[in-house]
Amino acid sequence: MTRSFTRKLALGAAVLAATLAACAKKEEAPPAPAAAPVAKAEPLKAAFVYVGPVGDAGWSFSHDLGRRNALARFGDKVTTTFVEKVPEGPDAERVIRDLVAQGNKVVFATSFGFMDAMVKVSKDHPDVYFEHATGYKTAENLRVYEARFYEGAYLAGVVAGKMTKTNSLGFVASFPIPEVLRNINAFTLGAQSVNPKVKTRVVWINSWFDPPKETEAAQSLLNQGADVLLQNTDSTAVLQAAERNGKFAFGWDSDMSAFAPKAHLGSVALNWTVYYEKSFAEILEKRWKTEVTKWGVKEGMLDFVKPAAFLPEEAKMALEAARDGLKTGTVAVFKGPIVDNTGKEVLAKDAVADDAWKGAINFYVKGVEGKVPSGM
Amino acid sequence: MNEVALLVAATLAAGTPLAIAGLGLLLNERAGVLNLGAEGMLLISAVAGFAATYHGGSEWLGFAAGAAAGAAVAAVFGWLVVWLNTNQYATGLAVSLFGSGFSAFVGIDYVGKQLGEQPAHAVPVLAGLPFLGPALFRQHPVVYAAIGLVAAAAVLLYRTRAGLVLRAVGESPQSAHALGYGVRRIRLAAVVTGGALCGVAGAFLSVVYTPLWVEGMVAGRGWIALALTVFATWRPGRILLGAYLFGGVTMLQLHLQAQGVQMPSQFMAMLPYVATVVVLVLISRNPLWIRLNMPASLGKPFFPGA
Repeated sequence: MTRSFTRKLALGAAVLAATLAACAKKEEAPPAPAAAPVAKAEPLKAAFVYVGPVGDAGWSFSHDLGRRNALARFGDKVTTTFVEKVPEGPDAERVIRDLVAQGNKVVFATSFGFMDAMVKVSKDHPDVYFEHATGYKTAENLRVYEARFYEGAYLAGVVAGKMTKTNSLGFVASFPIPEVLRNINAFTLGAQSVNPKVKTRVVWINSWFDPPKETEAAQSLLNQGADVLLQNTDSTAVLQAAERNGKFAFGWDSDMSAFAPKAHLGSVALNWTVYYEKSFAEILEKRWKTEVTKWGVKEGMLDFVKPAAFLPEEAKMALEAARDGLKTGTVAVFKGPIVDNTGKEVLAKDAVADDAWKGAINFYVKGVEGKVPSGM
Repeated sequence: MNEVALLVAATLAAGTPLAIAGLGLLLNERAGVLNLGAEGMLLISAVAGFAATYHGGSEWLGFAAGAAAGAAVAAVFGWLVVWLNTNQYATGLAVSLFGSGFSAFVGIDYVGKQLGEQPAHAVPVLAGLPFLGPALFRQHPVVYAAIGLVAAAAVLLYRTRAGLVLRAVGESPQSAHALGYGVRRIRLAAVVTGGALCGVAGAFLSVVYTPLWVEGMVAGRGWIALALTVFATWRPGRILLGAYLFGGVTMLQLHLQAQGVQMPSQFMAMLPYVATVVVLVLISRNPLWIRLNMPASLGKPFFPGA
């Protein structure tokens, strides 16, 4: 009995050690220079905090791709560390404090729920730079950055409007917050810009990530005649559901073309590299200042990538025109007149929406069916 | 009409993993063992099934691996609760927590991987029928197998000597022991069989239903399967009914949303759980319903020497 108990204990310890090792942070340092000059400056130590695993082809993956690309371009001037799967809540603050204690000079936290932790820790460490993605609170040493995701949804809409045969589009949505409503509306407006007859149906799953439920939601949209789907949830399930049904869908967050070669019309892919490069450069050149950065297609922070080879010429041209328009500023996603789906005018003719307007969206534009879930 | 057929088809598919896992847990419980580790077992078998399909190229290999993984975890669980008489509740919860962490750990390399093209499934001739074809006869074979398994379990429990012994072990292990039956071996066999069924359900989720592996993808379906055994008052036929009801309510709420029915989605998302509570309330209004079927020694350890 004693012996078997000891063995169990040893096994338990081994499992625990393996688990701990798996949870431990992974560090990546650039290749060491052959002969480091004595007076060489210390590299900038940067840390990234992700809410998900980096291998998920989704949100955290896109940030990690940005980190790796930026790291590659700065060579030995920057070293980076990341911590993945950090829960939004008290643990986040502990992780961020720990990263600061390890001597990181800049911390990037890439989920909305890290906001309050960032505010707290930034107060205690005025000598460290804090960068928070998708938040809205800033401080002397804390700034925020965000991608204009809806511009990508608009471009997907343009393609969807050209590709739909039933004039019925579907959207698998996570939570009814302005960010997501912007995407639904932008998708619909993009489609209407090339095909005024389209309607969009929306299914909310109340989760960022529940692959079986994403599949079910996609299936119910397809069953009811939608033939092009977009989602703002984080897995590839919707794309795969479209593939199985012989219908179309888009990748979201990153290039998902590999997951559904026949259904994939293109991916709305984030490119955080541009921002991380800017941030590293500003810190190294000592010109970092607090600000709010919202970049879109124009600045290269996101794009519609890997358009399907089978897209008809007409769809490709419409996509190019819309993308060029966003880049040059001749196309604005939310430009009046915009009417909501109850017939009320929400943006006057020729008015261009500002960020406050976009941040307060709580309606569906004309063409989206149904009603925004209450609780907004 | 066609939409209704597709809704029925989606319901059958959504109910299948619940039915298979629920059936496995029912066998456990009929032998007197409560297995709260279902969620963890589903996760481990989901990753095992995905990995086997990914490397082996055959979904049937995936199902075999899922069943084997489920059985292996169940064997450990069974050894702990049947031979060492550890607390069944605590051990089950430990298996669930272990399973969610362990599956995430071994699954790291499979995140983002994809399985090959999925073959289409249709029953010849019948699939061409109007309405019935799309509703019933274009399913993965495992969807039909689930119905067969439930029928087989019903026959086993109520029409065979082995079933009688299994039920006796769950009702009164002392009596079964006195009659010369190996209570521990029978319980372990029931637990391992139940684990294998949970394994098939887990593999169905990651190989057929949502062919991908991501951490936590079972998303609570193991707990629903556990609730199903109570919902079904430990009768196999009612497991099937309950599984389709759960699947159906979920699909219906998504379907109504897609139709633009103006009802908060959060409200509809909680409907399956409201249905469970309602049924539980109805059942417990008539204690006889439960008492007639609930294994009397469920969750209680058995000491052969005592």
